[in-house]
Amino acid sequence: MDLFEYQARDLFEKHGVPVLGGAVAETPREARAAAERLLPQGGGRVVIKAQVKTGGRGKAGGVKLASSAEEAEEVAGQILGMDIKGHTVHRVMIAPAAAIEEEYYFSVLLDRANRTYLAMASREGGMEIEQLAVEKPQALARIAVDALEGIDEAKAREITEQGGFPAEVADQVQAAVQKLWEVFVGEDATLVEVNPLVTTADGRVVALDGKVTLDGNAAYRHPEHAALEDTAATDPLEAKAKAKGLNYVKLDGEVGIIGNGAGLVMSTLDVVAYAGEAHGGVRPANFLDIGGGASAEVMANGLEIILGDPSVRSVFVNVFGGITACDAVANGIVQAFGLLRERGDEISHPLVVRLDGNNAQEGRRILTEADLPLLEQVDTMDGAAERAAELAAASAAPPVAAK
Amino acid sequence: MAIWLTDDSKVIVQGMTGSEGRKHTQRMLASGTAVVGGVNPKKAGETVDFEGASLPVFGSVAEAVKETGADVSVVFVPPPGVKGAVHEAVDAGVPLVVIITEGVPVHDTANFYQYAANSGTTRLIGPNCPGLISPGKSNAGIIPADITQAGRIGLVSKSGTLTYQMMYELRDIGFSSCVGIGGDPVIGTTHIDALEAFEADPETDAIVMIGEIGGDAEERAAAYIKEHVTKPVVGYVAGFTAPEGKTMGHAGAIVSGSAGTAAAKQEALEAVGVRVGKTPSETARLMRELMTAS
Repeated sequence: MDLFEYQARDLFEKHGVPVLGGAVAETPREARAAAERLLPQGGGRVVIKAQVKTGGRGKAGGVKLASSAEEAEEVAGQILGMDIKGHTVHRVMIAPAAAIEEEYYFSVLLDRANRTYLAMASREGGMEIEQLAVEKPQALARIAVDALEGIDEAKAREITEQGGFPAEVADQVQAAVQKLWEVFVGEDATLVEVNPLVTTADGRVVALDGKVTLDGNAAYRHPEHAALEDTAATDPLEAKAKAKGLNYVKLDGEVGIIGNGAGLVMSTLDVVAYAGEAHGGVRPANFLDIGGGASAEVMANGLEIILGDPSVRSVFVNVFGGITACDAVANGIVQAFGLLRERGDEISHPLVVRLDGNNAQEGRRILTEADLPLLEQVDTMDGAAERAAELAAASAAPPVAAK
Repeated sequence: MAIWLTDDSKVIVQGMTGSEGRKHTQRMLASGTAVVGGVNPKKAGETVDFEGASLPVFGSVAEAVKETGADVSVVFVPPPGVKGAVHEAVDAGVPLVVIITEGVPVHDTANFYQYAANSGTTRLIGPNCPGLISPGKSNAGIIPADITQAGRIGLVSKSGTLTYQMMYELRDIGFSSCVGIGGDPVIGTTHIDALEAFEADPETDAIVMIGEIGGDAEERAAAYIKEHVTKPVVGYVAGFTAPEGKTMGHAGAIVSGSAGTAAAKQEALEAVGVRVGKTPSETARLMRELMTAS
């Protein structure tokens, strides 16, 4: 989960990283109230910053100065609702304006390739890291961090030295780096980035803007992280699926997909997209992995989510019977139809089922004998994808949703 | 021969007394694996009855190794206990530890990966993986044993069900070993490790490599193949239609900006002469042609 800047700032503050004051506002009026509080700290000026999970907001006009509470209200009104690279601005952060002397860069992240952590530091901050890496690679120090040793005082000194920070701020940077490591470990983050880390006119080192990504697998030891989720931006179907414990990602196509196993489902999306090329460009409508078991209830929940997507015109159920053999999966599908009927949901679109693997013959026989409405079987994954794409294309306009 | 797991492997199960552990221990036994015991400090001294075997529960991995000579441990314990379980297995000197558990925090994995690497004696496979099987010999994990047979193809994959699909499609030709390395961002054994082992294995003639979006493991595997692999390799990559920034089921399966795309992985593999199938079935067909041509 990627955090907003204001959420990163709060986590920094919690772990003792030096930050400026800040407040978040969802309306111009709230921005005005926050500005009134923060203007004195900023020497009579505040910065209004769009809260979006993308870079380049400054260039897009999402960061502006204000010299009075009235102006802060007006500027917040301009920024709220703005579209920045496809992200709508729902919140602004108000911070006291800082007199910046110098801008630096620091980050610590998970290094997948080397299966350890990587710290990156540079005296040259402020620009995007991708740009920095290309334009001034020699100015960006990369220091491997051992997962068992972490960033202790000696490691923080090494980072500060290699990053080329000026001697007069080295101690402060080193202390900040150690605190940022505490954020990284303490919050189970996979990325903690400060850009820029600045020195102010009065000689203080401050984390002015931050980016934090949290590890979803560690959510069980951070119940407080649930509150950081941006529920407003979550697709309603994705939220509903999550509540039912389903692994669902909404896409923009017309063929609903259910499968077992993340790799098989990803592969199913691809095969449907290829097949769709010959059928008016229909594409997969979603990713949905129902896992190995494929029980009737999980199958019914999955179908309910998919049929609730108004752009879906056909559904492809692609199951490989391994530990749970195909006959059990077939029985699950038959029972799922019963469950959906009980819930008052109708199967409103053609369903193409491909069963392969253990007891495939038996599974197919069960489905054939059940003679379920709108369900047809194709024995191969490629053939079933082709048929599902064809059926989606044949349905000229998106029909009315099931509910 | 096969890789890492043979007729002689003696397997213990950490978490054998839990429901998943128990179910899959039964399946491993049924497929002929020499499972010699389980570990659970709270149930030390008890035995667990399975169809065809009654297995002792030990209080620690060290004790289990001492009593049984086990050289493989399969870990089924829930996420909060995995780090401790792996440390214990490494400390006991177990050469191969297979971590099936899904949902392990990546800081824990980075920790125990480094811990195992420092030991110099333990290979980890997983976490979040189906394990590995040398058909007809031994099965450490949750791969269904009855969908394929022994043969001379080596298979390495990030995905469980795509592994099964491939094993099933090529069941008449058969496999030396099939390794599911898992879909997490940090994993103990990579495509490259498996390629190296298959290249050295006299019972493997050709290799299927299945990858997916996220990270650059496939690109690095391609570079490795160019330098070190003489056996033919057929590849498959899942996730061409995955949108940027969305995690697709596996914690590691995410396209970040322009990094980790399926297209880049396919391109890297094809550039070193690996034939990459457009679908799993086409990939199986490419391997079939290869194995039946000679």
